Amino acid sequence: MEKPNVFIARDNVITSLGFTTDETIRKIKNNVVGFKPCTDRTISSTSIPLSLVDTHQLDELFQRTVELFRPDNRKIRYTRLEKLFILSIYDSVNEMPAGIFGPETQLILSTTKGNIDLLEQDKKKLFEPERIFLWRSAEVIRQFFGFENRPHVISNACISGVLALSHASRLIRSGQCQNAVVCGGDIISEFVVSGFTSFQALSPEPCKPFDISRNGLSLGEGCGTMVLTSSPQKYSATRIIIAGSATSNDANHISGPSRTGEELAMAIGNAMKEAGCEAGDINFISAHGTATLYNDDMESKALCLAGLLEVPVNSFKGYWGHTLGGAGVIESVITVRSALDNILFRCAGFTNPGVPESINVIQQHTAASVNNCLKIASGFGGCNAAIVYRKQNSMQ
Amino acid sequence: MKNELLLTHWCLIRDNQVVTDDKVENVTEIFSTFAGFLKALYKKEQISYPKFYKMDSLSKLGFLTSEKVLKESQVLDHYRKEEIGIILFNSSASLETDTEYQKTIQDKSNYFPSPSVFVYTLPNIVIGEICIRHRIKGENAFFITEKFDAGLILNNVAGLMESGRIKACLCGWIDVLEDNYESLLFVIENESSDAVDDDRAAKGNKPTVKTLNTIYYNNGE
Repeated sequence: MEKPNVFIARDNVITSLGFTTDETIRKIKNNVVGFKPCTDRTISSTSIPLSLVDTHQLDELFQRTVELFRPDNRKIRYTRLEKLFILSIYDSVNEMPAGIFGPETQLILSTTKGNIDLLEQDKKKLFEPERIFLWRSAEVIRQFFGFENRPHVISNACISGVLALSHASRLIRSGQCQNAVVCGGDIISEFVVSGFTSFQALSPEPCKPFDISRNGLSLGEGCGTMVLTSSPQKYSATRIIIAGSATSNDANHISGPSRTGEELAMAIGNAMKEAGCEAGDINFISAHGTATLYNDDMESKALCLAGLLEVPVNSFKGYWGHTLGGAGVIESVITVRSALDNILFRCAGFTNPGVPESINVIQQHTAASVNNCLKIASGFGGCNAAIVYRKQNSMQ
Repeated sequence: MKNELLLTHWCLIRDNQVVTDDKVENVTEIFSTFAGFLKALYKKEQISYPKFYKMDSLSKLGFLTSEKVLKESQVLDHYRKEEIGIILFNSSASLETDTEYQKTIQDKSNYFPSPSVFVYTLPNIVIGEICIRHRIKGENAFFITEKFDAGLILNNVAGLMESGRIKACLCGWIDVLEDNYESLLFVIENESSDAVDDDRAAKGNKPTVKTLNTIYYNNGE
């Protein structure tokens, strides 16, 4: 029996730019970037640029959503990350038939650090000790919506989001479920800011992916959701499918990328092979583009090895930073919108090329025919991931 | 033809005990700490790998378990390094090291965040360490589940093996929290693979939920 296609039905993105995908796209089109110097001394002692979700807006919107959707839950306390997850999932599924929470749907969450802020003394006492566990937090989110299946949780550094989408696609194609709600996110806490600072990985100004003067990454808070289905008519899905995906490991260094990029190129090759397409078929690449010296160099080498130097490429991190476990989902959502709207978004922060291979960085928002897109990611532990999205002509 | 999967080797470590393919090994000395146990096991195995000392306890445990199980197995000789995958699961993610790292930033008058600790605040670093050790470059993933979940493990491995992307997989459970530690790694291969000769095929088990659970629940307790 032929394997079903995995269609993208709904999506949401929450970052400093807004609480919906449409709002985010509008801001991108207007070249808005979401960084502000950090003034919250509980997160950073310096004024490093961060892209944070506005707490006041987050709490207000969350409260409104609870009142509307789960009024019985209004006394229940949720962590910051859980609020982001719940809002993002709610915005994605609220107009779908209630069956979406049933046994045919698998909830898949991706995060690198989950409720890590609960290690802080003042927050620890607000929640039960188990709440720090990722499976526990996932269960809280499952219960909020009433999903029947136990959620799957992926925590695989900065490829978590792409991996979660790839896992979802595999489950649907093998017939283990018909729909998947994939949600990825991370909050920005003192934990991650101090950690990346200790690595000297943070840029003193908003990050500049692939630029000659890039000087490190910028951290961003956010959450993204994609609802996937093998029943596109039933859920009035888009024409975009997940056509192929793959991961690989550098086997080189736990905190530095491959010297050659050949392992990322291998993942790209495997994803394209599964998708049944060649380098020449790819119209757009959403790169990881963290704007660290080594990552962007490595990615350019990988794209060269994969024969993709001419394909228009950007990194969305110049708009809202590196959203860690959310990045793969958030950036995939915008990638899919690029395909649906046939538009290539410029790589914010990029001015002058500064990577060893001459990749084709998008410098202006451009109308273009976008049918096959490649999303790539790499992370600590030497992991790489690639996923191919395709616009179908029919809903089969 | 559907390719049958074969569980060729496994290793379980917990409670001062190492069990490899049913062979029980007691690390007889009494260790007051998990760190002491890890060090003793490292020495006992006569491994020379200085990077071991830099690892956090989750990576050390995963590293040692993989050394034990891969020593029994021929996967490293029989498959290309791109054809071997590593899929791991646990309950506590990297919470042990997260807590250690948090202590270095808790006190503003004694604030020393260290990159060498921070890098281990991700559960998948143990996958990276095992990959580096053996140049393994295939598919990798780290999942979090409350408890050992044989069904989910098999499901993931079967999906990747079926695609032909990987031909062998090191998979299982590695969890560390405070002095509680537990690891169980399986080597799963395709029965029809040239690398699996008749002898090994005969000795191997079908990797079913029941087989995995039997190994997990019936050993070392």
